[in-house]
Amino acid sequence: MSALTVLADGDFVAPGPSIFNFPPLWPGAPEWATKPVLFAMVGALLVVALGWSAFAKPKLVPRGMQNIGELGYLFVRDQVARPFLGKDAERWMPLLVPIFFLVFAWNLMGVIPGIQFPIASHIAFPVVLALAIYVIKLYLGIKHQGFGGYIKNLFPSGLPKPVYIILVPLELLQNFVTAPFTHAVRLFANMFAGHMILAFFSAVGFWFLFENLTPLGAPIGVLGVVMAILMTGFEIFIQYLQAFLFTLLAAMYIGASLHPDH
Amino acid sequence: MTLTTTLLAAEGENPLIPHTYELVVGSFAFLVVVVFVGRILVPRIQKTLEERTEAIEGGIKKAEDAQVQAQKTLEEYKAKLAEARHEAARMREEAREQAAQIKAELREEAQAEARRLVQAAHAQIEADRQQAFSQLRGELGRLATELAGRIVGESLDDETRQSRVVDRFLDELESADGAAVR
Repeated sequence: MSALTVLADGDFVAPGPSIFNFPPLWPGAPEWATKPVLFAMVGALLVVALGWSAFAKPKLVPRGMQNIGELGYLFVRDQVARPFLGKDAERWMPLLVPIFFLVFAWNLMGVIPGIQFPIASHIAFPVVLALAIYVIKLYLGIKHQGFGGYIKNLFPSGLPKPVYIILVPLELLQNFVTAPFTHAVRLFANMFAGHMILAFFSAVGFWFLFENLTPLGAPIGVLGVVMAILMTGFEIFIQYLQAFLFTLLAAMYIGASLHPDH
Repeated sequence: MTLTTTLLAAEGENPLIPHTYELVVGSFAFLVVVVFVGRILVPRIQKTLEERTEAIEGGIKKAEDAQVQAQKTLEEYKAKLAEARHEAARMREEAREQAAQIKAELREEAQAEARRLVQAAHAQIEADRQQAFSQLRGELGRLATELAGRIVGESLDDETRQSRVVDRFLDELESADGAAVR
């Protein structure tokens, strides 16, 4: 609709949600062979490759890549795993480390020149991760507290009976529907919005400085470029923050299933 | 770029509906990372970090042990030094006492020796005096006798000497007469 009018009549049209739709990589390729799919795999392989170069043969005295790898590893351990899992932290590092680095790598694709597409802005990818955490959370909750205990521990005890009439549906909804949903959607929406913002400012710059250069429009174009640069920096921060938050929530859900008190 | 992509893309898709193939690819990508990074690499770095902690703790422990050992050695050394000093002082004191004793003994001995020498000298002198005295007395007797003999004029001891004395006397008289005559 609006996209078609961009070239038709020379009015600036802001990029819409359609910028998230990708055709197959080349004509005649299968439907699933798209840019997000390609770079989702590239991201995964990159994480494996970098992880391998850092930790394939870890040394007591770290050198080169191992230093960088340990920086990331210790960040996940000390900021995510230990605060929420305590003594179980080490046991869950094999899950939390891949989640953090995979999400971070996928998010960073949004600002890497030539790729410039945050993989997690396609909701399927956050959904996969959130769903995996959800299944683990339920499994651990039932395993460690029993089915009845797990359900019972969701509610604080000792409240007046009528309160439970409201509390029980709310807590059930929160734990079994809202939590996994927001877990996935928070990441997706942040990446989606961030990509929209970058696309918007880039399009402003491109349109007013190249496609339709006018004395009045040029300052707007410059502003668009400056904003695109500033927002790219901000976006890197958001990408890191969302990867951190996603991993942190995963650790929190796992911790809550292991120890109902927390 | 963005704009042409937009043109080619299919429109009207709901971004909240996941693509099935992306769910599959996402799961596969996640699985790959979990297997390689989570299952293989994380345990390795966990082990390394554990070993590093142990190494550092071991190093600290070793250093502490060494320090304790050094402290102990130092104390032992100090104790030994103090003991040695004490011993030295004691020995010095002893030596001083011994020296004083030896000095006193030597002085005593020297004094005794001196006394003995003086006494010996006294005795010698006395003996010499006695000897001289007795010798002198004998000589004096003899001289007295001789003198008396001389005074008497003749010694009646011996015939030859008598005769010689007489002869000499006579000679002397003769020579005295002759000289007197002449």
